[in-house]
Amino acid sequence: MKKQLLWGLLLAVGCPLVAQEVAYVKSDQITRWKNSDSDTLYVLNFWASWCAPCIAELPAFERITREYAGKPVKVILVSTDFRRDVEKKVKPFVRRKKLKSRVVFLDETTPNKWIDLVSPEWTGAIPATLIVCRRRGVERFFEKQLDFEALENAVAAGLNAPLR
Amino acid sequence: MKKTLVFLTLAVALVAWSFTTPVHEGYHVGDTARDFNLMNVDKKMYDLAGIPDAKGYIVIFTCNHCPYAVAYQDRIIALHNKYAPMGYPVVAINPNDKTASPGDSFEGMQKRAREKKFPFLYLYDETQEIAKTYGATRTPHVYLLDKSRVVRYIGAIDDNHEDAGAVQERYLESAIDALSAGQEITLKETKAIGCTIKWRKTQ
Repeated sequence: MKKQLLWGLLLAVGCPLVAQEVAYVKSDQITRWKNSDSDTLYVLNFWASWCAPCIAELPAFERITREYAGKPVKVILVSTDFRRDVEKKVKPFVRRKKLKSRVVFLDETTPNKWIDLVSPEWTGAIPATLIVCRRRGVERFFEKQLDFEALENAVAAGLNAPLR
Repeated sequence: MKKTLVFLTLAVALVAWSFTTPVHEGYHVGDTARDFNLMNVDKKMYDLAGIPDAKGYIVIFTCNHCPYAVAYQDRIIALHNKYAPMGYPVVAINPNDKTASPGDSFEGMQKRAREKKFPFLYLYDETQEIAKTYGATRTPHVYLLDKSRVVRYIGAIDDNHEDAGAVQERYLESAIDALSAGQEITLKETKAIGCTIKWRKTQ
């Protein structure tokens, strides 16, 4: 009986069916990732659940999360969906796709005030991706759909950059 | 030898890095924009020069499918109804490739224009030449031109795509008001989130 309980507990803890929480973040979080003192290479992907080219490139980001597990790489999928769609569209999407990369919702209304925080190069089209690690002097921005090869090249190059 | 290798590696890395620096193509504020001759949803061809009594043009790259563009439809209609009588008509242009984005075909445009009773021109940039020349990257993407087609404002319509009722700053309206009053436009460029323009695959 005790053993069964233990197994049950273990299953519950390790159960992948427990979907991740999609946190609401403000634009200052972007600045925090960009200015972070850690050795983590942040891969910030700006997407929306209805955006076809965004969905098409999602597997590449998920693959980075899988293949770089244990390395200082963190993929964060930043949703720019409408706020009213977060509960009924974004969260179900994240569950359905069983996304392993961290997903957050950027809870902001004035893009003109935060787009430049991500990158002055960004005109505002999604998908867009920023690969950044201040301590490695890495900051690469892409305003286009990425395939796995292009993404991995950028991630590998970022990781190879020496820590300061 | 080792030093040379390190140097070479660094040099290659530097060159590779510099290639990634993007060059912003297309028009900047102050450039003179080209006119165009594009098919409207009524199947007739239109150019800017042929619009009677225009003192300027509100050129908006937009489309049918993109939720950001859809969210602005009613606001674009209201803009035209307010400013066209003052000489500043909206000229909407759909630049999306219909293969990459089937909802943005010419027939799709006709349907949307009919349903929403668009009071403005809704033109089809089938070759995508105009969007490329202007430097549009997303929908919606606004270019406010004066009578001589000089670009006076580039960017967003306002600061809240999701909720028209919660808008704080109407960037485009402020720019048109200043332009029509002969005053300096304070905020000449703004950014907005939009759907990437679906470019035709070249291969």
